[in-house]
Amino acid sequence: MQTTRRGFLKATGLAFATSLAYGLTNQSEAFALDADPEWKLVNTEEYTSICCYCSGGCGSLCSARDGELISVEGDPDHPINQGGLCAKGASMFQLRNVVDEKTRKVIPNPNRVTRPRVRKPGASAWEEISWDEAIASIARRVKDTRDTTFVEMDQGVIANRCDGMASLGGSQQHSEEEYGIVKIMRTLGIVALDNQARV
Amino acid sequence: MTNHWCDLQNADVFLTCGSNNVENHPISSKWVQKALDKGATWIVVDPRYTRSAACADIYSPIRAGTDIAFYGGMFNYIIQNNLMQTEYVVNYTNASYLIDPDFNFDVDTGLFSGWDEAKKSYTTTTWGYQTAEVVEPNTATGGPFAWTTAEGVPEFTPPANKVPKKDPTLEDPQCVFQVFKKHYERYDIDTVCAICGMDKETLELVYKTYCATGAPDKSGSIMYALGQTQHHYGAQNTRALSLVQLLLGNVGLAGGGVNALRGEPNVQGATDMAMLVFDFPGYMKWPTVQKYPDLRTWMEVETASDGYYTNKPKFFISALKEWFGENATVENDFGYDWLPKIGSDADLSIISTFDHMDTGRVKGYWLWGQNPASSAPNTKFAREAMSKLEWMVCVDCVETETASFWKAPDLDPATIDTEVYLLPAALIFEKPGTVVNSGRWLQWRYQVVEPYDQAKSDLDICDLLWKEIVGLYQAEGGANPEPILNMKWDYYIDGKIDARAIAQALNGYTVEDKNLLTTFGDLKADGSTSCALWIYAGYYANNDAPLDPAQQRVGARGTEDKGNLGLYQDWAYAWPLNRRIVYNRASADAEGKPWNEERMLVKWTGEKWESNDVPDFVASTKASDGTVTPVPPNNKAFFMNWEQNARLMISSMDMPTPEHYEPFESPTQNVLNGRQNSPCIRFTEHKSVQQGSKEEYPIAVTTYSVVEHWQTGSQTRSCPVLVEAMPSQFVEISEELAQEKGIENGDEVRVFNNRGSVVLNAFVTCRLKPLMVNGETVHQAGMVHHWGWAGEISTGDMVNDLAPNVGDPNCFIPEYKAFLIDIEKI
Repeated sequence: MQTTRRGFLKATGLAFATSLAYGLTNQSEAFALDADPEWKLVNTEEYTSICCYCSGGCGSLCSARDGELISVEGDPDHPINQGGLCAKGASMFQLRNVVDEKTRKVIPNPNRVTRPRVRKPGASAWEEISWDEAIASIARRVKDTRDTTFVEMDQGVIANRCDGMASLGGSQQHSEEEYGIVKIMRTLGIVALDNQARV
Repeated sequence: MTNHWCDLQNADVFLTCGSNNVENHPISSKWVQKALDKGATWIVVDPRYTRSAACADIYSPIRAGTDIAFYGGMFNYIIQNNLMQTEYVVNYTNASYLIDPDFNFDVDTGLFSGWDEAKKSYTTTTWGYQTAEVVEPNTATGGPFAWTTAEGVPEFTPPANKVPKKDPTLEDPQCVFQVFKKHYERYDIDTVCAICGMDKETLELVYKTYCATGAPDKSGSIMYALGQTQHHYGAQNTRALSLVQLLLGNVGLAGGGVNALRGEPNVQGATDMAMLVFDFPGYMKWPTVQKYPDLRTWMEVETASDGYYTNKPKFFISALKEWFGENATVENDFGYDWLPKIGSDADLSIISTFDHMDTGRVKGYWLWGQNPASSAPNTKFAREAMSKLEWMVCVDCVETETASFWKAPDLDPATIDTEVYLLPAALIFEKPGTVVNSGRWLQWRYQVVEPYDQAKSDLDICDLLWKEIVGLYQAEGGANPEPILNMKWDYYIDGKIDARAIAQALNGYTVEDKNLLTTFGDLKADGSTSCALWIYAGYYANNDAPLDPAQQRVGARGTEDKGNLGLYQDWAYAWPLNRRIVYNRASADAEGKPWNEERMLVKWTGEKWESNDVPDFVASTKASDGTVTPVPPNNKAFFMNWEQNARLMISSMDMPTPEHYEPFESPTQNVLNGRQNSPCIRFTEHKSVQQGSKEEYPIAVTTYSVVEHWQTGSQTRSCPVLVEAMPSQFVEISEELAQEKGIENGDEVRVFNNRGSVVLNAFVTCRLKPLMVNGETVHQAGMVHHWGWAGEISTGDMVNDLAPNVGDPNCFIPEYKAFLIDIEKI
């Protein structure tokens, strides 16, 4: 008889909810075991997610312990992928954490950028800056560009347009974020607005 | 997709054309396989014998960029062999409508009637219908425009309905069917084979097999992706395959449909949200100076004379109400004038944006997780143009080629004055929110962990920037601050910016009591409802638990499958209104009887409609006292069009019906008409394009993806296991071309044209074969496009340096999938 891990947990009643987040969201059967401490998923909280690559919308289960991502795997309850993931989907975990080749320890993916950077005019390298500095200087740049390239009237029509800025991208974000981006970009007056829909 | 992934199991025949779904949308193959297990047949048409082809029953090669010839030949085959689903076509399409007597197509010039050489565009008057009668708009109680007279609705004149003349016998020589039939008589089997480089016997087998789905009870599914769309006539390619589906009666059926396999996790959401020049959220039009100078004009131009879009201003005004909140009133046209109006002095597509950087018009560039220094066509010109920018803001999780364009091997950073900010973005596990898959399913992602180190979600970054910008305008004033100061930005829960608050704004609610709405049918044009995106109405509408996504439709996880068709009605939410298969009225005949009882989506019992899916038509009416009355079957199967029928011919695009032209850089001459490229092709005159001829660059090339990598590789080249599985890029060539050029498998080769030159390894396979095209041998090559100079693990030359920056006039899609190169061994 084949018993899946989730089937086994349901059958033996070992599953119980541990986190408040779980209790609130009730998104899937949670399981947190007082079992073999060597087991990778012992005492983890489980959250459902959706793959970040093609538009299949395959479901995944993400397990976290002590605020760190432990595992990403296919969601067996999801009607589209029924637990399966492709090569890319199955390796989503590595976007956050990878195994260090030398120490064999799990470390944050070193290829990732996790602090704001600026590259100054003429420079050949990045400089690290604080969020506060980054936000303040970007806002100043935006205002200067908007104020100098704004088109209030065009052919006798109220245009309220800014020709000096363009915006690209948006297919990676959540829909709620996409709305935030569109709303801000358009309100600044940007009409050269595009995303990954065609390229 | 008109349908969705799990629905693929219902097809009788598949046509994969312009996609490699097994490799690039692997989950599709699970559902295709279920259909094959039940006896379905799978056809793959592709320049290369792909992994999909390896799993299919029938494979035919095709020369890249000749899809309209292939589909035009199929139209002709369907009509000549009486394979059309006639009852469907007569009732549900405009086949019977009479076209203007002055309509024509001139084979010698390759032009339809109405061409304006000076403007390089068509005046489409002669492509329209003959009018039988003009019906004035009905604003009386119970009429479609009764709502326009309500208090608080801005004044405008609803349109009159020009009812077209029709001939249901389809015999009138001016009816759409006859004009269409005549147009494609030139597309005979021999001509199509010569153009596409196909074998006659195989082509006939493809046509015969696929066109068998014209039987009323059979369903055929077409799966396509960028191989179909990335051409300078890409929009017409997709129209062509849609017309096949209409002629065979495959649209609206379980197992049928027009299935665009989209390439990004939330590109469907971005399209819904109108992150596009000319669109307003929810497939409406963004204001332009010339066409929509004020709200009244917008309403008069955009309101349909019949069909569901007679309601369009309700969606638009509810969106304005969300945008500007209490500052939007009927007196100020709900803030319409604060929206930026697109001018007529410049093309604003992604292609020409780089020209505007080059000339200094665009000075600042925002990048939200997109990498055009690698993905734009003619990337060499794109990065040179970027070096003229004053500033750039990149929001991304890794250092992309765009963020580091100044490090490009052919640029000198000392000469580049652009200030570049790279803001670290959170990963999907590090923030909550909705993604929309290709089948229009809205699904919620929960936050699993906090963003690593100092990374932030795009939403947090938006909030920080917006508060700072608003602060500057409040303190200092500046160029018209009104749009900025009047925009509503109140998406906070417990003092923090929160995706759930925006979810409620997108879903829509009544302004007075903030009651979340379950349907866009409740939206009003008087400012009493607020809704950012009408098509999402209902996805986040649980008033009893507005802070819990798991108790919303977007978080639904029910696995019951009513009807056993894979509809999974209780899992997530499919826009619009949880409808899983759009145009599902067309799954039943004019009397409401399903073409195939086993695949029933909707069915008229004689008294009412039964359904497994949410009906996509007016199935009942509700009186003011709440009485619901079923509406008996009619022919209005496509009620989002004012005709309420699908269009075999159209007057709102660059061609009334698809006509074959050659790619901008083609290895041959157009033999179907006297014009080489589509007359409306965009951007060809720009200095950076540098068209190459077949004499200089005799090899046709297309580009594609591999399963281990994704788009520009920024993410996948950061994952060691994926790099291990697919460590480098390559150019794939046939054994015959390899022999001609003295190239062995694995050799380092240079691939070049007028725009660029890249060095990569040759991958010699039998998956590509030389084709016989118009009497001459044509070699085709293929390149993957996932590499660039950025990244710590695996880098490579920029393949998109070679792609031409010319594009389609409808949607500006560039022509990545068919151009010319030469190859030499190094």
